[in-house]
Amino acid sequence: MPRERTFRTEAIVLRRSDFGEADRLLTLYSREYGKIRAIAKGARKPQSRKTGHVELFMRANYLLAQGRNLHIVTQAELVEPYAPLREDLVRATYAAYVTELLDKFAPDEEVNRTLYQLLTDALARFALTDNFLLAARHYELHLLTLVGFQPQLFRCVVSGATIVEEDQFFSVELGGLIAPGHERADRNVRPISAAAVKVLRYLQTRQWGAVESLQLRTALHRELENHLHAYLAFHLERQVKSAEFLQRLRNEAQLRDSSPIEPNS
Amino acid sequence: MANILPQPVQQLINNFARLPGVGPKTASRLTFYLLRGTDKSLAADLAAALLELGEKTRYCSRCFNITENDPCEVCADESRDETVLCVVEEPLDVVAIERSRAYTGLYHVLHGALSPIEGIGPDDLRIEELVQRIDDGAFNEVILATNATLEGDSTALYLQRRLAGSNARLTRLARGLSVGGDIEYTDEITLSRALNGRQEMH
Ligand SMILES: [Zn+2]
Repeated sequence: MPRERTFRTEAIVLRRSDFGEADRLLTLYSREYGKIRAIAKGARKPQSRKTGHVELFMRANYLLAQGRNLHIVTQAELVEPYAPLREDLVRATYAAYVTELLDKFAPDEEVNRTLYQLLTDALARFALTDNFLLAARHYELHLLTLVGFQPQLFRCVVSGATIVEEDQFFSVELGGLIAPGHERADRNVRPISAAAVKVLRYLQTRQWGAVESLQLRTALHRELENHLHAYLAFHLERQVKSAEFLQRLRNEAQLRDSSPIEPNS
Repeated sequence: MANILPQPVQQLINNFARLPGVGPKTASRLTFYLLRGTDKSLAADLAAALLELGEKTRYCSRCFNITENDPCEVCADESRDETVLCVVEEPLDVVAIERSRAYTGLYHVLHGALSPIEGIGPDDLRIEELVQRIDDGAFNEVILATNATLEGDSTALYLQRRLAGSNARLTRLARGLSVGGDIEYTDEITLSRALNGRQEMH
């Protein structure tokens, strides 16, 4: 933390909750200081000049005053509202997923500018792309790399042998792929297809621009999602609320047979 | 640290501290105010009111607002316009809209808003009841008066999808400038919504 009584930083609102009569408690991910908490006084009143700036997922420049326990927002200037995230329930849910994962994996007050960049890129992406499933997998893999939980996709986590792109096994507990023949090392090992191995490696090692035009079959999307969600749940030791919410939306859409909620899948 | 406060005192402090917006300091201050008993009847009145809160209130079976009688005062009032329905998140929103005296239709209280982040889904709210009510009723217009927050917007978007097949006109509260607010200090989103929702002057 800075020594000055007030300090500036650019940040995204990860979470917010009502606090007292009209205030909001914000969890911010800031470019300069990592994850911090701050009070936005009067933010629930429409007259407040800060209201629009302290809404979820918004990117703003903050002037914060150091408090004894919590910082206090003294000024906020909007940089990017990512407006489409507020106009589409599926986009909003993916944005919630992006921020929830980051909030859970990022330790308090630890600066990581690359992680901040990943966050802003991901929000911009979900405001724009229709390739939700691919964008979600790409984000998960890059987030895991940046927070030190990168799954090992190039060497067998049991034998260390180089992985060949064939049908094999994925171990969430041992943290990566297991070549055929060594799968008994993990009782809960998950079979994984050669195609899924190939896509995971491709997504893990490339920037979005190089992968965004990739079109995958629905079954392959489901397989990738299942593996990565199991991996995330194992490391977080709990379910991800927004992922469950997304599943509920999907089930309902199916039930009511309306248009699929993910155009691309 | 040994607990030097008698158990009943500590217990009340702990319970006050569970209320939203009340910290441990305020909880202690409230407790000691009641304990000192300068206002003789306060503690007894408060206790009685709390008991009645649980015993004498229920949800209106039509609009799900909190009420003493079912149906509630609004639903039972024949002078209300039964062709307009206003959907709100919380009972306090009904109070606010009633205070404006600009609305004479009926209400539906959802008891919350959808929140992907908090994991609050459609089944956690009075949404099925709303859909049923609109299917059954003769509403010409359904006003979605959810908050201008991400959750409020998400809820309105969801309801828009769920109510797509209904005959009623679906509207949303206009997002505009607040009274007494300078355009100069209005945030970009509010301003762009106010521009989109601008009205004809002649
Ligand atoms: Zn009623």
